[in-house]
Amino acid sequence: MSAASGTVGSTQRAPADALVAWARRNGWVLCLLVLLGALFVFTKMINPGYGVTGLQGFAISVLPLAMAAVAQAICVIGGGIDLSVGSMMALTSVVAATQMKGQGEEFGVVVVVGVLLLGLVLGAVNGSVIVLTRVPDIVVTLAMAFVWGGSALVILASPTAGSAQWLKDLVLGSLVSEWIPKAAVLLLVIVAVVWIPLRRTRLGLSIYAIGSNQLAAFRSGVSVGRTKVAAYSLTGLFAALGGLSLTASTGIGNPVPGPYTLLSVAAVVLGGVSLAGGRGGVFGPIIGVLILVLIQNDLAFLSLDPNLSLVTQGLILIGVVMFGSLIQWRQGRR
Amino acid sequence: MTAATQTAARGAAGGWRRVLREQPMIPLSFILLLLVIAYAVARPGVVNADWAGVILRAAVPLAILAGCQTLTMLTGGIDLSVGAVASMAGFVVASLVNGPGLWVGLAVALTAALLAGLLTGIGVGIFRVHPLIMSLGVSFVVLGLANAWQIATVTSSTGTVPEFRIIGSDRFLQIIPYSLVVFLPLAALILVGLKRTGYGRMLYAIGDNPIAARLSGARGWQVLIVLYVISALMAAVGGFLLSGLTNVSSVTLADSLVLPSVAAAVIGGTSIFGGRGGYVGTILGALILTVLSALLTALGYPEAVRQILFGIIIVVVAATYTRVIGET
Repeated sequence: MSAASGTVGSTQRAPADALVAWARRNGWVLCLLVLLGALFVFTKMINPGYGVTGLQGFAISVLPLAMAAVAQAICVIGGGIDLSVGSMMALTSVVAATQMKGQGEEFGVVVVVGVLLLGLVLGAVNGSVIVLTRVPDIVVTLAMAFVWGGSALVILASPTAGSAQWLKDLVLGSLVSEWIPKAAVLLLVIVAVVWIPLRRTRLGLSIYAIGSNQLAAFRSGVSVGRTKVAAYSLTGLFAALGGLSLTASTGIGNPVPGPYTLLSVAAVVLGGVSLAGGRGGVFGPIIGVLILVLIQNDLAFLSLDPNLSLVTQGLILIGVVMFGSLIQWRQGRR
Repeated sequence: MTAATQTAARGAAGGWRRVLREQPMIPLSFILLLLVIAYAVARPGVVNADWAGVILRAAVPLAILAGCQTLTMLTGGIDLSVGAVASMAGFVVASLVNGPGLWVGLAVALTAALLAGLLTGIGVGIFRVHPLIMSLGVSFVVLGLANAWQIATVTSSTGTVPEFRIIGSDRFLQIIPYSLVVFLPLAALILVGLKRTGYGRMLYAIGDNPIAARLSGARGWQVLIVLYVISALMAAVGGFLLSGLTNVSSVTLADSLVLPSVAAAVIGGTSIFGGRGGYVGTILGALILTVLSALLTALGYPEAVRQILFGIIIVVVAATYTRVIGET
C-alpha cells in the first residue's frame, strides 16, 4: 500500500521537482555546458576579433570529430568500444572522394547514399565478428582497424581531391543568420533525425540494456547478439558520416586515419558516457568534442607552442576525468 | 554402453580443453610453427639460424612492450602510453649522449618514464580513472613534452647511441642477438614475479575480483601505482632497444607498436578483463606477430594488403584460440 502511494506520489511530482531531477540526472552535461560557455567567453577575451569567421571555422573543424564521438558513444553505451572508428572514417572518406571525382553533381547523391550504406555494412561486420567469435570488442575492433585502414590504402594510395560541390556547400557557410554555421545545423539535424527517435524505440532501449547488464538484458528477452550488431552498425553509420564530413570540409579523401579514434574515446568519457556501458547519451560527447577543439584553438590564439598545447590538452583531459570520477566516488560513498 | 562411451568422450574432450587452457603454450607454439613452415615454403632456404636471430631481434622490443600490456591487463587495465614513453626514452638518451653523456641520458630518460608511470598510476589507483583514458591522456602529455624537448635541444642527428645499436641490433656470432642479454633477465623477473611473489599474486587477485582483493587486505591503489611505474620503466627499456634496432631516435618511433603490443598480449591468452593470463603466452604472441609480418613482407604484398591480412589473421587467431579453450 505504502509502496503504491509512493509510486503515485512520484509520478505526480511538481514540475519544479521534475526539473531538479532532470538537472541532477544531466548534471555532468550541464557542468560541461557551463565550462564550454566559460571557454567561449575566454576565447572572446583573448581574441576580441573572434566572430563569425572564427565560429564558422570552428564548426567545420569540429564536425568530423563530433561525428566520430557520436559513433563511439553509441557502441560504448552498448557496452563495447570501437577502435576502428578512425579507419572507417578514412575508408568511407576515400571511397566518397574517388567515386565523386570527375562525376556529375547528381551522381554525388548516389555516392553519399552508397557511402552511408557502406558505413552500416562496415559496422555490421565489426559487430558480427564480435558476436560470432566472442573475442572481446577491443581486440576485434583493433584488428579491424588494420583491415579498414589497409582497404583505404588499397583504394587510394595518397590524398586525392574529389567532392561534389553541393556536398561542400552543405557544410561550408551559414544558414539564416551568419552566426549559425551550416555545419552545426547539419550535426544537430542528423543527430536529431537518427539518435533521438532511436533512443525511444525498442532497439535504443535494448542498446542501453545490454550495455548496463548483458545477462539481465538477455533474461528479459533482449536479443543480445542482434542488438550488438545493430549498435555497431550505427557506429559504422556515424563513422561514415564523419568520413563524408571530412571529404566535404576538406574536399579531399585521405587514406591515413586521423587521430579520431582515440580522441573520440576521450570525448566520450569527457562527455559523461561510462566506459562500462549503459550510461550517458550522445550530447555529452558532442559538448566534449567542442571543449577539446576550443581549448586547442585557444592555445593556438595564445600563440603557445603547439607541442605544449598537446600537453595542456592531455592534462585537461586527465584533470576533468579525475574530477568526474572523484565526484562519482564521493556520491558512491554517501 | 553408448551413454558410457559418450560420457567418456565428453570427459576426454573436457580434459583436452583443460590441458589447452592451462597450457596456452601448446596451441600458440603450434600456430608459430605453422607460420614458420609457411615462411619456409614461401621462401625456400631462407629459414635458418641467421633468420631466427633476425626474427628474435625484431620480436624483443615488441615482447617487452607487450609485457607492459600483460601486467596491466592482469589487473583489468591497459597501458596505451607505452608507445609515447618508449619513443621519449629512446629520444632523450640520444639527445643527451653528446653533451652530458650516456649515463646522465639514461638516468633522465628513466626518471621521466618513472614520472609518467607515476602519473598514470595515481590516476588509475587513487582517482579510479579508466586506465584506457588515463594512459591515453598521459601519452598526449609525454608526446607533447618530448616534442617540446626536441625543439628545445635542436637535435640534428636522427641516429641513436652506438651502445644501443650494439645491444639492439648486433648479434653474437651473427646469430644470437645481444638484446637477449636485456630481455632474458627481464622476462625471468616477470615470470618469477608473477608466479612466486606476493605482488604478482596480488595483480591476479585485483584483476579477478577487486572487491574480494580489497576485503582480503590488498591495498589496490598502492599495487596499481607501482604497476604503472613498472610498466613505464619497461616501456623505456623497450624504447632503448627499439631505437638501437632501427637506428632511429624519434618521438613517434614506437607509436606503431602500441596496437600490436595489445594484440600480442591478447593472442598470448591474457584476458583483457583481468585475472587470467601470463607472460609466456605473450612472448609467443609477440613472436607470432613478428613472424607473421615478416611472412607478409616476404610474400611481396604491398603495405596496404599486408595491413588487411594482418588484421584478419589477428581476428582469426584470437577467435580460434577463444573457441579451442572454450572461453566465453
